[in-house]
Amino acid sequence: MTSETALEIARSVRSGDRSAVDVVTEALARIEAGDRDVAAFLRTTPARSLEAARRIDSLVSGGGDPGPLAGVPVAVKDVLCTEGVETTCGSKILAGWEPPYTATAVTRLEAAGAVVVGKTNMDEFAMGSSTENSAFGPTRNPHDLERVPGGSSGGSAAAVAAGFVPVALGSDTGGSIRQPASLCGIVGMKPTYGRVSRYGLVAFASSLDQIGPMTLDVADAAAVYTAIAGHDPLDATSIPDVSPDVKGDLHDDVEGLTFGVIRELSEGDAFDPAVLEAFRRTLAAIEGAGGRVVEVSLPSAEHALSAYYLIAPAEASSNLARFDGMRYGLRIEGDSAEETNRRTREAGFGDEVKRRIMLGTYALSAGYYDAYYAKAQRVRTLVIRDFVDAYSEADVLCSPTSPTVAFGLGERLDNPLAMYQSDLCTIPTNLAGHPAISVWCGDDASGLPIGFQVLAPELEEARLFRAAAGVEALVGFKEPACPGVLPGEGA
Amino acid sequence: MSITREDVVHVARLARLELSEDEIEQFAVQLSDIIDHAARIQALDTEGVEPTAHPLPLSNILRDDEPGSTLDREVFLSQAPACEDGYVKVPRILDDSAGGPGGGT
Amino acid sequence: MTDTTGRTVAGTSMRGEDGVEYEPVIGLEVHTELKTRTKMFSAAPNAFGEAPNVNIDPPSLGLPGSLPVVNRKAVELAIRFGLAVGSTIQRAIFHRKNYFYPDMPKDFQISQYDEPICAGGSIEILDDSGNPHVVRLVRAHLEEDTGKLIHKGGGGRIHEAEYSLVDYNRAGVPLLEIVSEPDLRSPAQARQYVNELRAILLELDVSDVKMEEGSLRVDANISIRPVGSDTYGTRAEIKNMNSVRSLQRALEFEFERQVRIVASGGNVEQETRHWNEEDSQTHSMRSKEEVFDYRYFPEPDLVPIVPDPIWVEEIRTGLPELLPAQRVERICATHDVAPELVMSVVYTPGLADWVDSEVAAGADPGRAFVWASQELLAHLKETGTAFSDLALPSGAFVELSELVADGTLSTKLAKQVVKEMLGSGRSPREIVDEQGLAQISDSGALERIAADVVSANPEAVEKYRAGEVKVVGFLVGQVMKATQGKANPGQVNEILERMLSA
Ligand SMILES: [Mg+2]
Ligand SMILES: [Zn+2]
Repeated sequence: MTSETALEIARSVRSGDRSAVDVVTEALARIEAGDRDVAAFLRTTPARSLEAARRIDSLVSGGGDPGPLAGVPVAVKDVLCTEGVETTCGSKILAGWEPPYTATAVTRLEAAGAVVVGKTNMDEFAMGSSTENSAFGPTRNPHDLERVPGGSSGGSAAAVAAGFVPVALGSDTGGSIRQPASLCGIVGMKPTYGRVSRYGLVAFASSLDQIGPMTLDVADAAAVYTAIAGHDPLDATSIPDVSPDVKGDLHDDVEGLTFGVIRELSEGDAFDPAVLEAFRRTLAAIEGAGGRVVEVSLPSAEHALSAYYLIAPAEASSNLARFDGMRYGLRIEGDSAEETNRRTREAGFGDEVKRRIMLGTYALSAGYYDAYYAKAQRVRTLVIRDFVDAYSEADVLCSPTSPTVAFGLGERLDNPLAMYQSDLCTIPTNLAGHPAISVWCGDDASGLPIGFQVLAPELEEARLFRAAAGVEALVGFKEPACPGVLPGEGA
Repeated sequence: MSITREDVVHVARLARLELSEDEIEQFAVQLSDIIDHAARIQALDTEGVEPTAHPLPLSNILRDDEPGSTLDREVFLSQAPACEDGYVKVPRILDDSAGGPGGGT
Repeated sequence: MTDTTGRTVAGTSMRGEDGVEYEPVIGLEVHTELKTRTKMFSAAPNAFGEAPNVNIDPPSLGLPGSLPVVNRKAVELAIRFGLAVGSTIQRAIFHRKNYFYPDMPKDFQISQYDEPICAGGSIEILDDSGNPHVVRLVRAHLEEDTGKLIHKGGGGRIHEAEYSLVDYNRAGVPLLEIVSEPDLRSPAQARQYVNELRAILLELDVSDVKMEEGSLRVDANISIRPVGSDTYGTRAEIKNMNSVRSLQRALEFEFERQVRIVASGGNVEQETRHWNEEDSQTHSMRSKEEVFDYRYFPEPDLVPIVPDPIWVEEIRTGLPELLPAQRVERICATHDVAPELVMSVVYTPGLADWVDSEVAAGADPGRAFVWASQELLAHLKETGTAFSDLALPSGAFVELSELVADGTLSTKLAKQVVKEMLGSGRSPREIVDEQGLAQISDSGALERIAADVVSANPEAVEKYRAGEVKVVGFLVGQVMKATQGKANPGQVNEILERMLSA
């Protein structure tokens, strides 16, 4: 039951074989039983969820169209605003905050029939690669509870990998969907910048953030992407376009597709041998199935990480200035507005958030702007040029998603630079704004999942999904871990 | 170390963070590490390379001047740390030089 | 003395105790709220004078997750202004200006920085004698307004307040910031520049420009230098001037303050100073702890505005033919009227159009502008009404001109009729008939009255015959008094001269 995909669930709910209320009730029960160990969720919303499920059931029984994702339970990263439901971004500074509106992506998912069951844990303000930077405690990897699920969308990844829900929404600024998807053995996809409205996504780095699906398989990712993508007049960086429907383009084969292996992102000391081995095994399978594999180079890739760690914190330092204790969220009273602001931020933000605010403020400050921020923006241009060159040689590009498998809780906490290396392979695409996806491609010796990343040019989501589905057809998908389910009880 | 203690204090003031002594020391070390690493991009030749502020070449995304729905005041104020008579209440303001459009200078 | 455009400048100067003659160098930054229905970056209403915190929505409050979207109308109004003053309309991008203040919801202001929508341009102003002076513009750019603060306790003053209250209705209202070059050479010119700018903004229907309501705010930069020098001194920025009058007074005070400092060997500090209406002085408002570093960077939530040439030309076709100063020049060149009078008419919305149409219909231009700039404006001021609220019958000044021309009314009586007409809404002829205001031109009657006056004032007659001819004026006054002002003064003069010389 727990490995049922979203499209399978929707099919049975739409046909009236099962009620949405049953599906949602079961999901809530699985969370109840298993999330004590995993801590994927910050909160569930049973009353609202069941009410939404009942609406879908009455729509079905009344002969109406309940939507392509009817009755599918979804988990939403706590960086997305949900009207009247506490939204914290994993931060003490927003604890208790109930937004007066819902993010466009969530509204669209609900309009497609999906039912939000709760909000998931994350690194505070999406800053981190392990979900250990949450003010509300870490989430654990369902496949090994002593390890991290990755981050910053670690709660969403764990919720899917644990089999609690088949679909979760995450946000990806430098790999925050794909890296945890990789570490948890699920599918995680970042759309082209501007494809999915950011309205209601609490901003980390506005020119990099994108919302995307985290699912059990590629077909579900494509279905969720189709539901949430499209122009939104409330987001001025949302691309005005025609329907982004990609379902028709899904073929389960790689034949005739050229995969460009990014040399700089698939070799070197940073990579676990097991990761490289699984990656190469998958490439061989692609070739065996009629795909072409070529090597391409992104010469500026090694500087992408540096550019990212100047641009993203710079934008973040400004985006997070509004958390000043005046209008909403935490306020620690001081003798003046100014002191209240400083005290609130000192008490309300965790270490990593402060570190990045400091870094970003420094990069933008008088005397350093040109050397750091402006220079990083020029590097960004170089990265984009490199991609253009690479795509002249291949249809899609690929690399491992993460250089390593899930690491131990606490292992990289004191070493920010080592933590930042987790995003080595995922960051260049964010700088370029292109779409990318991570699919499972095998485990290491101890059963920890490894991810295969596919990248495509801007707006080429259809090609991306086709390639990813092709890889998935060769490798299969990893069964959820199902914590809290007694042997013989579940699937 | 590229970032001094004084730098940290200055930047913290701009960033409105009231750092403890320990944090100041810690950030001086950590930010230096990160900045030293990031500074490697200085070596790249970007002569004549335009900066990219935005990944997509969109322009002229404009909205018609049509009023939309407003947010209910009580809903807004219900989330405020303090309010009075329909206003948000804030502590006294010491520094009036930054106020208003046009700011301080 | 000439400015960079080569025109004559009516500047001011002052001799310091060091014997050096100093002149002020003034540039103005004017913020004006644009006349849109909604805010700069969101669909919340742009309205004045409502209950607190009602014109709000997530973007204008900067709520987490909300995003800005640019108001097309605000861009159009900015372009309209730019075209009218000869700016280059160009590709524009928004930047974030980062600083903390409780009335600013996001803790940054979205503004334009090195790529404003309007670059350059100039505004021509006229001095009281109608001499033109060109003030160049640096730029005009779009940005958003902040909310409003009310300070509680301590008499409402910010420094003594116990706490403050914030109303975000104004937060996000579109602003056009118009920055001039330091081309102004006297406080009076600065005042005139703001008057001209207001008239332009009104004429263009870009803003309501109510300085008292804060929809137009002026900050001034001022430095001094020896007359004839082309260097710039250290400038001070003056804020908090709530009328053109206080702008002029603040600049006069500051000019003298700087001359005193420099002439006695001191240095003017670069700082922001507050004009205090109560003690009529500027005061330093330098912060105790603030470090100014706005960390401008491109607003990543917005994309560039690249004005479509077709759109720009469409906006251009809707522009008025003449700007106010040009209109004054045109009127003064066509009719023999004092520029000062014409300016006051042109700066009153709607009035010049009306006067123009009266003149075109046959009203005497000189008299029409005098009536409009004196009686009519005085009436508007007294009653606190706008010209558009007056239901003036068309042809009123034509009729009045005829009554003067045919001798029915003296110019003095005509003014009285104008006053009467504005108050009652009746036509000049009706007023003349009802009140018997027509002047007495019957020579028999006038001669009888004149004879009485002459015989009642023998000493005046003595003086006249002794060569003191000006006493005839006294006697004319006596005749006018006796006729309650209705006597035809020209005729009375003639009769008296004749009688006295006999
Ligand atoms: Mg300014
Ligand atoms: Zn401004």
